Amino acid sequence: MTTGELSQWHATNPDTYLPPGLAEPRPWQDGLDIPYWEAIERDELVVQYCDDCKAHQWGPEWLCHRCHKFDLEYVKVEPKGKIYSWERVWHPVHPALQTSCPYMVVLVELPGADNVRMVGNLIGDPMRPVTIGEEVEAVFEHHKDADPPYTLVQWQRTRD
Amino acid sequence: MSDHPMRGRTAISGLGETKYYKRAAAPDGEFKMCLEAILLACEDAGVDPRDIDGFASYSNERSSPDRLAAALGIKEMRLSNMFWGGGGGGGSGALANAVSAIISGQCEVVVVYRSLAQGQFGRFGQGAVVNEINNDGKWTAPFGLMSPAQSFAMRVRRFMHENGVQQEALRAISMASYFHAQQNPRAVMHGRELTEEIYDQSRWIVEPFHLFDCCMENDGAAAMIVTSVERARDLKPEPAVVLAAAQGSTPRNQAAAHNADLYATSNFQHVAKRLYEIAGVGPEDVDVAQVYENFTGGVMMSIVEHGLCAPDEVNEFFTLENFKAPDGKMPINTSGGNLAECYMHGLELIIEAARQLRGQSPNQLANPEVALVASGPMVTPVSSCILGVDR
Repeated sequence: MTTGELSQWHATNPDTYLPPGLAEPRPWQDGLDIPYWEAIERDELVVQYCDDCKAHQWGPEWLCHRCHKFDLEYVKVEPKGKIYSWERVWHPVHPALQTSCPYMVVLVELPGADNVRMVGNLIGDPMRPVTIGEEVEAVFEHHKDADPPYTLVQWQRTRD
Repeated sequence: MSDHPMRGRTAISGLGETKYYKRAAAPDGEFKMCLEAILLACEDAGVDPRDIDGFASYSNERSSPDRLAAALGIKEMRLSNMFWGGGGGGGSGALANAVSAIISGQCEVVVVYRSLAQGQFGRFGQGAVVNEINNDGKWTAPFGLMSPAQSFAMRVRRFMHENGVQQEALRAISMASYFHAQQNPRAVMHGRELTEEIYDQSRWIVEPFHLFDCCMENDGAAAMIVTSVERARDLKPEPAVVLAAAQGSTPRNQAAAHNADLYATSNFQHVAKRLYEIAGVGPEDVDVAQVYENFTGGVMMSIVEHGLCAPDEVNEFFTLENFKAPDGKMPINTSGGNLAECYMHGLELIIEAARQLRGQSPNQLANPEVALVASGPMVTPVSSCILGVDR
């Protein structure tokens, strides 16, 4: 496995960071997170918000973990964050990843939303050094050919 | 300070382990190995297997008490107990449940056990190959974050960042396990020495974990007989007294998409505090520690959160010399542990703690009196226990 192979993947498939074949995300069967998936399809980042606590919450829950109010609304947040932690993955644990290692996974906190965190890939050369605290912005990666189509929220360095 | 009702009331009497094998190398199936380990533990304790009246296990153990009780001809089963939660987080928790059952008078002889044939039933280190995902895995798996190593590397990296920890600290943990395994003929990695060079040159699995930072995957089974301390005194071996066993979690530790309130943690902050209160001892009293290695980074945080080292002293304290038995400042994983003896989901670590107190370790300390076990860092819930000698 070399970085060249990942670069090659990017060169010919600029639309998605990782190759197809990984599990495709679906909303919970009880519908909890449907508003999130619909929003990111429109290139809008949303998380849950408790109007009583005036605080954001992520991942989605049926109630506010602070005050136990049910059915929180999903509110739009600025699609910007800071890298909270990161990992460079070298060993493929899934057949779909055999030719895409190494790749970079980041944990991003959203200062505009009470520092809730999201996991995504950091777009760009996976060998480029990463600094915790670096500013990143969301990239909406649309998997239009999937059935049904879905969107993933990825991240890229703001200064690029 | 008054005695805690759990402290010193029960003991581990019998220790039983099958031969430990590389993954898929066991000649026997998982259930058969489980029976073998239980019989060995009974033989060691000197109890009739038919007198076992309780079963306690963890991590979705497949060898269930209904089937075991039938096979063993158990006279009266009074407890069939499973600790919820994955990985090795329930090792000391299963012991805690056995202890509670005995102290509350529900049972007299409980077997705590774990059997694991990863050749027969598949591996933990691979991502599931599925077409779609609608549980909380959807927040990570589509980004190629799906194995335990990948889940935990993120926490460990954050801890290293917050505390300025260098890679050499993780290396020392791995070196200690391999060093101790060389004196332990039962260890799967017996005869396979690890040097700093071999560690440094080993491939990355996921940064900051090299190959040697990750546990093995094995086949085997292990069991312990737990009974009241009074009954244990009438049995063959010297009892390893349970001073404390505790289980639990920090707030929202498994909140989806890595949103735990305390993120860079092995999840032992609350458990460790309660553990010492129950035991009536402190970190300064611990002579030897068996600290679950799913990944070395979890060992690092467990040692810190059990108060054995300050977070800003990790780089200085984490050396092979300090971790070595018998004379290191804090000998750890003295049988080789999950990295180099066997990945028996950490039950082998509790057994090794008891062995140290009996004076039967392959890397024996001089008269240790207090042995700590931390089970399964970074999962929810986690658990730990403190064993002592009978005085």
